[in-house]
Parts: sequence; structure tokens; C-alpha cells
Amino acid sequence: MITSSFPPFVLFFVAAMLLPFLRGYLRHALLLAVPIVGGLGLIGLDAGSPWQIFLFGYELEPYRVDKLSLLFGYLFHLAALISIIYSLHVRDTMQHVAALFYAGSALGVVFAGDLITLFIFWELMAISSTFLIWARRTDKAMASGFRYLIIQMSSGMLLLAGAALLIYQTGDARFEYIGLHGLGFDNLASWLIFLAFGIKCAFPLFHNWLTDAYPEATPTGTVFLCAFTTKAAIYCMARGYPGTEILVYIGMVMTCFPIFYAVIENDLRRVLGYSMINQLGFMICGIGIGTALSINGAVAHAFTDVIFKGLLFMSMGAVLQMTGRMNGSELGGLYKTMPKTTVLCIIGAASISAFPLFSGFVSKSMVMSAALAEGYHGVWLVLLFASAGVFHHAGIKIPYFAFFAHDSGLRVSDPPNNMLIAMTIAALLCVFIGTNPQLLYGLLPNTVEYTAYDMTHVLAQIQLLFFSALAFVWLQKQGLYPPELHSINIDVEWLYRKLFPCTWNYIKRIYCSLAMSINEITGKILYGFGLSVAHIYGEQGIIKKTLQTNYAVFMVMLFLLGYLLFYLSNLN
Amino acid sequence: MADEKEYYFDKPKNMSFVLRILYTICGLLAAADIFVHRHTIHSWEDIFDFYAIYGFVACVSLVLIATQLRKVLMRDEDYYDNE
Repeated sequence: MITSSFPPFVLFFVAAMLLPFLRGYLRHALLLAVPIVGGLGLIGLDAGSPWQIFLFGYELEPYRVDKLSLLFGYLFHLAALISIIYSLHVRDTMQHVAALFYAGSALGVVFAGDLITLFIFWELMAISSTFLIWARRTDKAMASGFRYLIIQMSSGMLLLAGAALLIYQTGDARFEYIGLHGLGFDNLASWLIFLAFGIKCAFPLFHNWLTDAYPEATPTGTVFLCAFTTKAAIYCMARGYPGTEILVYIGMVMTCFPIFYAVIENDLRRVLGYSMINQLGFMICGIGIGTALSINGAVAHAFTDVIFKGLLFMSMGAVLQMTGRMNGSELGGLYKTMPKTTVLCIIGAASISAFPLFSGFVSKSMVMSAALAEGYHGVWLVLLFASAGVFHHAGIKIPYFAFFAHDSGLRVSDPPNNMLIAMTIAALLCVFIGTNPQLLYGLLPNTVEYTAYDMTHVLAQIQLLFFSALAFVWLQKQGLYPPELHSINIDVEWLYRKLFPCTWNYIKRIYCSLAMSINEITGKILYGFGLSVAHIYGEQGIIKKTLQTNYAVFMVMLFLLGYLLFYLSNLN
Repeated sequence: MADEKEYYFDKPKNMSFVLRILYTICGLLAAADIFVHRHTIHSWEDIFDFYAIYGFVACVSLVLIATQLRKVLMRDEDYYDNE
């Protein structure tokens, strides 16, 4: 196809530039055509780099096709299509243009064959996605967008520094396996790039941009946001750092700590944000283990996560759109008038919880099996804990507090048809992938025989999940489950939203009071000095008193006389 | 908002029906360990009903720990408003 000879981002960027000039059905047609035509263009592509550019003596490959990039290429086209359908009703040109630029930039990242191209799309992705947060046009969203942009740009700066250093050291700009090979200046470049990827993968301590910004974006914007940035970063990590052992432990922490936050968080889209970090943890863990099975598991989980997490964010977006509320404490009982959204949300919840026959099961179980097979037994136990936890907060909490629980009295209908269609496509894909995993396995980068549906896996997972559900019921009946409260929970962002500004204000206050004291003391000294000067030179001063003109003339005459006598005495 | 219609979970007997299904499934799953032979790797997997016990204990500990964390982490909604 003609589109296959162009990098996929071209189509998205051209459409984004044309979009402001179109209205109505033409605009909708263009929006829908872009991911469909682009996605079809990828089918049957052979591995290779159709485009090569030489710049400053370096070979750039803006369009590198292999199994890994192609898998993410399909995924991003699919995610773009679903998200575009979901947002078709939106009458905000800025959001549509930003979304197309964003999706195009994410495709630019996954098809970038060199570090320079990667950096350019990395930054474009950061800038274009920020507009989806600002598009909500609230003070909170504006502030959150700025924080998001600063952190995303910091990641870009680290990538630029690392890439420049790596290219200088190796003389090669290609983006291939990088790896971490110890500390020291020789490895600085690889650490810088690792950190740049890590920030966008939401590594612990660098994760707060996600839970801060995603819940502040527009209902449709969050659906785009959850699909691209983190998954593009996972792709980069899978290409640059497979088998890097530290990732196993970073991933393990990522699966574990967010679930505690998710249990006590009131904003349901923020709960999904924490849940997203938890899912990214499984992928990072799989990349760190580094076997063919675990890498396959990591990228397969990225694939399924985009769809089921997208579905959950879409269902919560529908709730936000229809009720104007997102806090668990203000919702409940919506199943009564939003039955379709409720069923679709439950399918997303079953998928993220890795119920057999749903998509999460066929991907997550690969990472779990790989961890166990490679002897990471402690890590496996933590992942198992996190699996039970994810069912608890995303599988049960999200549908329960939004659609069931106490009746909030809200009686809103299901969202517009385009939103329902998008959610239905995602839900069908969740079930389709869950029941036909071999189709997904066929797209994975490594050739490994793996069967998700054997009695051991299925029974173990069902036991884990049903007894987690039983625990939820027991805790509710005992009154031990924490109620949804109007509150927020402090996280790492406390450092830069509270501690640093407060410390800065404190330093400013100290400086100001110090400056005032110095001014006061200086003023007193100068006043005292002024008084002394006045005492000497003032109207009643000593000089004024003594140095009257006649007296001065007399003194000068005396001085001259003395000088004359001295001169005369020396003549002899 | 006035809403006279009665929905499925408004009737307590429907809620207890759903819960009874959950308890039955849990009972069957717990019993399944007697009949099903597993291919295990970790020795803990051989413990009777390991996954069921682990799932239950994990969720209860998760919620109890998270509830305690609230005492440290929870703030008013306008906590960051004077940034």
C-alpha cells in the first residue's frame, strides 16, 4: 500500500494540520480514516528500514520496521481508532488536533530507528499530550498540565544528554540494545537514557506525574493519554534494556505500592492511574527478567493493557461526562440508569483482574510464569499479592463504588452512542483476545510455545480472584473496608507541591526579615554617623564653631609665617 | 430526585442471592484442590488451597494496612490549593 512507504506519523501529522479547516461529517471522516488507513498500511510490512537519512555523518532511520515496532504500531493505531470514536462528539478543535499529533508522535517513537529521531518524537509526544490536559480549562488542570510538562521535558532533556553522549562515545546513532553495564562515567549515557525512559514508565518516585495529570485531563483526553506515553516508554525499555536485572525489582515495587494508594483514593480516575502504575510494573518486571517468554509477556501485557485500561478510563469518562463527578464518595447506584456502561466497565474490570477468558489473563500469566521459572520466587510472591490487589481496587472497587454501593440518587443515562461504540469495541477485543490468545502470541517478537489455558494456571487464578472477592465481602460486612471520603492522599508530589514551595517561602521570609534587620541596623549606624558628622560639621558643630573665616585666615598666616622662618633659617 | 422504580439490588434478597452464588463458587474452588493435580514449581504451591488462602489474606492485609496508611497520608481536598 502507498501508506506503507511513509512512516505512520506522517498521516497523523498531515491530518492534524488539515483538521481545523474541516467541519461536521468531513472532520469525522478524516478523524476515522487516519488510524484505519494507517493501520491497514502496516499489514504485511517486511522488516527493514524503508527510509534512511544521513545527517551530520550519522545514519538516521525514522521508520524502522521489525516485529517489536510493528506490534506497537498495530496497537497504537487500534488505540487511536478507539479513542477517536470515543471522542467524536467533542466540539473542540484543539483536543482533536492535539490527539492526532500525540498519537502520531507515539508512532514516531516506536518506529524510530535512531536516537535523534527518538528524541524528537519523545518531545513532541510530551508537548502534544499536555494540550489534552489543558483542554479541560480548569485552574487545576492548567497547573497540573504545567507540572506534567516540566517532568516530561526533564525526561526529554535526560534522553538528549544521554543520546548525545552515547553517539559521541560509539559514533553510532542507531537505537538498539543499550543495557546497563555498571557505574562510572563510561556508562553515564546508558544511565541517563535509562532514567529518561524510566520517568515515562512511571518508575517509583518519578510516578506522580501520571496520577497527578491523567485525572485532571478531559474525559476523552485521558483515554488518549493512558494509551500512548507509558506504552511508548515500555517499548523503548524493551528494546534498550531487556534483561536488566534492576528492572525486576523496580517492576516489583511498581506492582506493589500503588495498590495501597488505590484502596484509599477517592477520585476513581486517580485509582485507575495508580492501577496503571501497577500494570506497568508487571511489564517492567517482564523486561527485567529478560527471557523470550518474559519479554513476550511484557509486550503482550502492554497490548492488552492499552485496551482494558482504555475501556476502564472510557467507562469512568462516561460517568464523569454524564454526572460531572468522579469521586467515589459522590457516586453509586449508577447501574440503574447506565446499564450498558456498567456491563462494559465490568468487562474491563474482569480483564485487568486477569480473569480467565479475558485479555489480562493471557498476558499477565506469561510474566508470572517467567518469574517463577527463572527462580525469582520472592518477586513471584509479590506479583501474586499485587494480582490479588489489582482485582481488589480495579476489578471490584471501580465498578462497585461507581455503579453499585450506596445509591447516590444520580439518575443519568448511558453516554452518547459514539462513546458506547468505542467501549463496546474495546470490550469485544478484551474477550476476543482472552479467548483467542494465539492470535496475539503470533504477533509477539519472540517465538515461544506458551499455553495460558492449562488447569494449573486457570484454577490458581480463579481461586486467587474469588477468594479476593470473598475478602472484599467479608471486609464490607465487618465494616473494616475504608469508606470513600472527601480527601486526597499525599504522595511524592508533596515534595514539589508542598515541601519545596514552603521551604522556599520560609527562606524568603527569613531573607526578608534578615534584610529588614540589616536595613534597620544600617539605618541606625548611618543615623548615628550622620549625627556625629552634624556634631562636627553642623550649624553648632566643632568645625563650624572654630573655623570661622577670620580665624582661618589667621591660622593660614601663622602657617605661612612659620614656613618663611623655616626657609630663612635654612638659607644660612 | 424522585424515582419510584425498584431496581435489582434494591431488593435485599437479590443481594443475598448473589452472595450465596459467590460463597458456593468459593466452596467449590476450595474443594477443587482435592481433585485437581497441579504442575507446581514453588513448594508453597503444594500447600492445600494455597492460592485461595493467599488471595484472601493478601486482600485483607492490603485493606487493613491501607486503612492505617490513611492516618499518615490523608489530607483535606484543598490541601494543595495554597500552592
